Amino acid sequence: MGRKLVLNGNHAAAHACKDARVQVIAAYPITPQSPLTELLSQFVEHGDLKAKYICVESEHSAITVCIAASSTGARTFTATSANGLLLMHEQLHWAAGARLPIVLACVNRAVAAPWNVWNDQQDSISQRDTGWIQIYCEDNQEIYDRIIQAYKIAEQLYIPVMVCFDGYILSHTLMPVETIDQDSIDEFLPPYKPHITLDPENPCVLNLVTFPWIRQDHPDIEKLGGYPELRYQLQQTLLSSFEVIEQVDREFGEKFGRDYGLYIEYQCADADYILMAMGSIASEATVAVDLLREEGYKIGMLSLKLFRPFPAEILAAYADRAPASTYIIIERGLSYGYEGAVCTEFKAALFTHQIQKNVHNYLIGIGGRDFDVYQIIEATKQSINAIDNGQTYKEMEWINVQK
Amino acid sequence: MEKNLLPKDLPKEEFLLPGTRACSGCAFALAYRFALKALGKRTIACTPASCSTVLSGMYPVTSLKIPMLNTAFESTGAALSGIRAALDILGKEDITVLGWAGDGGTVDIGIQSLSGAAERGTDMIYVCYDNEAYMNTGVQRSGSTPYGAFTTTTPTGKLQKRKNMPAILAAHGVPYVATANSSYPIDLYLKFKKAKDEFKGKTRYIHIIAPCPPGWGFHTKDFIKIGRLATQSGLWPLYEIIEGKMILSKPTRDIVLGKKKRVPVTDYFQAQSRFRTLSDVQIQQIQAEVDQEFESFKQNL
Amino acid sequence: MPIHSLKDRKMPISSIATPIEGEGGRTGTWRTERPVLDPTKCATVKQNKLVCLLCWLYCPEANISRTIPPKIDYVYCKGCGACAEECPSKAITMEEEGNFED
Repeated sequence: MGRKLVLNGNHAAAHACKDARVQVIAAYPITPQSPLTELLSQFVEHGDLKAKYICVESEHSAITVCIAASSTGARTFTATSANGLLLMHEQLHWAAGARLPIVLACVNRAVAAPWNVWNDQQDSISQRDTGWIQIYCEDNQEIYDRIIQAYKIAEQLYIPVMVCFDGYILSHTLMPVETIDQDSIDEFLPPYKPHITLDPENPCVLNLVTFPWIRQDHPDIEKLGGYPELRYQLQQTLLSSFEVIEQVDREFGEKFGRDYGLYIEYQCADADYILMAMGSIASEATVAVDLLREEGYKIGMLSLKLFRPFPAEILAAYADRAPASTYIIIERGLSYGYEGAVCTEFKAALFTHQIQKNVHNYLIGIGGRDFDVYQIIEATKQSINAIDNGQTYKEMEWINVQK
Repeated sequence: MEKNLLPKDLPKEEFLLPGTRACSGCAFALAYRFALKALGKRTIACTPASCSTVLSGMYPVTSLKIPMLNTAFESTGAALSGIRAALDILGKEDITVLGWAGDGGTVDIGIQSLSGAAERGTDMIYVCYDNEAYMNTGVQRSGSTPYGAFTTTTPTGKLQKRKNMPAILAAHGVPYVATANSSYPIDLYLKFKKAKDEFKGKTRYIHIIAPCPPGWGFHTKDFIKIGRLATQSGLWPLYEIIEGKMILSKPTRDIVLGKKKRVPVTDYFQAQSRFRTLSDVQIQQIQAEVDQEFESFKQNL
Repeated sequence: MPIHSLKDRKMPISSIATPIEGEGGRTGTWRTERPVLDPTKCATVKQNKLVCLLCWLYCPEANISRTIPPKIDYVYCKGCGACAEECPSKAITMEEEGNFED
């Protein structure tokens, strides 16, 4: 029997790691992630989790420990935020290119400069090019569930997975979380089977310099390809991974009664306008939907859960079916010099499939500035008014920022 | 370190296959050869960006007969910690975890992760093979380049003294620290054997001088001679620091005892074109420092 | 030395390199002069014992065998000349590569 606990997001993640039987943990403190790895150290020291807990001296070393331990055959985990994730950036590319099923919890926090410990999603969004799968959680139950799912997804695809959740809003807020009993988890998540390990009985060298061209200078060497072939496989696996991600989620739902999908829609069936968001802000947006509906607006909310690989075709097909003419995308991070990444990528998906919709982009809560449902409502009404006045295009706007 | 081992007594098995991409006359290739003879088959190596990466080969084939993990430049110490953690949790015993890094990847960019791994007492043998510059990228200066040496980024001679890595590691409380020299392969072999057999489970650090013909400016045939001159002149003393106590190795001890003459540093400098910018005053300065260091070695007898 | 075959390998999903002889090619083609051992001067031959062996010891590529007399692998020998330089019996001389047919 699992247990019904009241946990903050950090602790929910830690419990999930314990139940997923993580074997090597690399720990480095950073606000607001620190309580996550602190609880893991207690699990390890009290014998609740049989694992090696390495207190590293930097985040770069944290992800390196995971890369090395995963290459040696262990199930690994680390967690970080903001500048810690940025420091790992080189190794995020490495882990994906090396096809290692590492799971990383990113407790979303704003990046420096200047220093800011509060929540936005700039850290993980800015890592979208690295080849990691990215999942955004809305509440602490989802954090627990997704980390378990993440190992199954990662170890099937041999692609690392980043489970993201908002700092403070989720990491430090208590919510009911139902854990799953160990036997059931073991049945759902079998032990890690590496595709290659460092083994003196079967020596090989990993991640050696790889030529741009295909070597011809030894018998049978041409069929092994070169750098582009290996990188091509990463991309192809990512693009075809939606099935696996959905299937794992479905299986989880069948076994444990909770599933999430690649996105969750709320009141979208007859909506003229759809709010779109990632993470905990989606919960806030459902309240905005309820209040706007009371005022007579036909509005819905789409919570995007999978950011990478970007479900372009899936979202385009959705937009094609759904009656809504307008998508109002509210984001917690952006690609500086352009606009919110989710907005850009959604528009590109629509364009590719020749689907015409209005897409408006808002930034909210950048640097953790507190926001409430009324600000979301105001922004939504602004967009609706603009469209009613024939202004289908609207420049990206920062909500509640002195201009 | 006093065993009278002869070449015929050393293990025959080679762990580097012939036809590597190392330069002709590469000293660290020789060091690697004897390090692996001492450590044997049950070794997992880890190498950052370095000449050793090139020696190891190019996908999809390698010259190494042991498993090796390539890792990002600054991360060798952390990678070694990760390998060891996984081996421990998986119950895989009796495997040596070997870091094989150049001076850039140890003394400069790699020092943080090495320091962390050493502080954690990681069960590993970390080796810095020191060709005294970033040779793989074309002879740029590193924190281990000696005072006065030409490099492509110090064309008039490096102005700063090098870091003393063995002392830094000894200050971490690493129980076995040693310097070695590919020109003394049997001494090197015995040190690796000692590291493997007598300091099991602990952090061990071995720093090897690796003369580099293209980088230092001498003919390939002299790479053994140059390495020997480094020790004979006292610029590369051979010693171990065991639990904080320095024990001189025979080639250096013989000099301190007066059994062998210490060669003037000029002989070492004149044999390599990288020291051509050293002035007489600088050479005298360096000679005086070596003289002083060897005075202080008398207390380690 | 046996060559490790690539025949049974399939394209991996990440960069995995397996051991092979001559990874960097027939490195013997790099040299401009080759070491030639005169067995009449070699200590192992004269004493018919595995003595000296400094050429075997100092070869960075282990291209010299530990036999009586030591044999040089000309397929891979890079011609650095350290063996000739270090041989105490002066049994090895470096000769112009152009003088040889192979």
